[in-house]
Amino acid sequence: MTEVKNSQELFQAKVDAEQKIEPKDWMPEKYRKTLIRQISQHAHSEVVGMLPEGNWITRAPNLRRKAILLAKVQDEAGHGLYLYSAAETLGVSREETIDALLSGKAKYSSIFNYPTLTWADIGAVGWLVDGAAIMNQVMLCRTSYGPYARAMVRICKEESFHQRQGYEIMNVLANGTPEQKEMAQDALNRWWWPSLMMFGPSDANSPHSAESMKWKIKRQSNDELRQIFIDRTVQQAEVIGLTIPDPKLKWNEETMHYEHGEIDWAEFNNVVAGNGPCNKERLAARNKAHDEGAWVREAAMAYAAKRARKKQAA
Amino acid sequence: MNNTNEQGWPLWEIFIQSKRGLDHKHVGSLHAADAQMAIENARDVYTRRQEGQSIWVVPAAAISASQPDDAAMLFDPADDKTYRHPTFYVMPEGAKFI
Ligand SMILES: [Fe+2]
Ligand SMILES: [Fe+2]
Repeated sequence: MTEVKNSQELFQAKVDAEQKIEPKDWMPEKYRKTLIRQISQHAHSEVVGMLPEGNWITRAPNLRRKAILLAKVQDEAGHGLYLYSAAETLGVSREETIDALLSGKAKYSSIFNYPTLTWADIGAVGWLVDGAAIMNQVMLCRTSYGPYARAMVRICKEESFHQRQGYEIMNVLANGTPEQKEMAQDALNRWWWPSLMMFGPSDANSPHSAESMKWKIKRQSNDELRQIFIDRTVQQAEVIGLTIPDPKLKWNEETMHYEHGEIDWAEFNNVVAGNGPCNKERLAARNKAHDEGAWVREAAMAYAAKRARKKQAA
Repeated sequence: MNNTNEQGWPLWEIFIQSKRGLDHKHVGSLHAADAQMAIENARDVYTRRQEGQSIWVVPAAAISASQPDDAAMLFDPADDKTYRHPTFYVMPEGAKFI
């Protein structure tokens, strides 16, 4: 028993001293489990996140936008891979993590269960959804688990254009024809609240947070990150002449932050529980892609075997 | 750890040389049917922004690593040998190019 206690203490001392934990280091079982769950959920979010945007690749308004959107979606696929690889270093196989997504057992970010109805939604997704994700990802560059932190550094480098291209789309629409401006405002109206929900429940209702903070998996609370996001985004909306759909939004001179209206956590819980507008569609699309790719994966293996035989014969 | 995925694709560790003259540096890992496919996938995943000009792929199973528990045994002996560093030595005032 003292042995375990010593390992615990050594582990916490390392974390407190800002030393990264590496795959072969001793770690509490719960730390490992929490990370596997969090990193694989994060990976699933990158992968499922390709679906709402993929919806518009063939319908992008011009070649420039199409090339940008393709590049962005391709980045998200890469992010999924970096994260699946990081999860794998914790001893869970790729097959297990993917199966958990396909069977519906694993969660992914609920934001991707909302539909992208117009081209302005692609702007709103880049600006708000990637913007909110970046807040979280910048924090995770300093997370205590080495492979996760390294994956995040790589991801953050690639993310920086995602938010900017979305904001650019919104800016062009907001300063276009009245119809275009209306389309941009409508997209902002639909994506604003779900984007705020991306930071997770408020601190008072976030049961796992304390432990994650102690282990330095998380370094800032949900509410802290959400507040920074609101402060920044309200200013950006003003610059392009769009209105944040929150009548209670108010600058507080004392705190130097915006106050905001109540977030509809009932809606959040409902989407998490599987009843969002696109939950079933997203999971069906992932399963279809996986099933229809089975022959490709088999063929690649057969081809590799053939190539190896030829090489041997030569 | 399971080093192959569902289709038996092994895990490869990827090393990228960002510029001629620099070391190949570990960047991550991926599953691929064979070395050639690992190189092609690594190109797509790790060099989309001119991050590299050469790729090494190594089967993860072929890498042997030291254990964290052996760190003291392996690395502590270097701690008290500061005379291996040039700053250890006292040079006379005025001596140049040394
Ligand atoms: Fe991403
Ligand atoms: Fe992104």
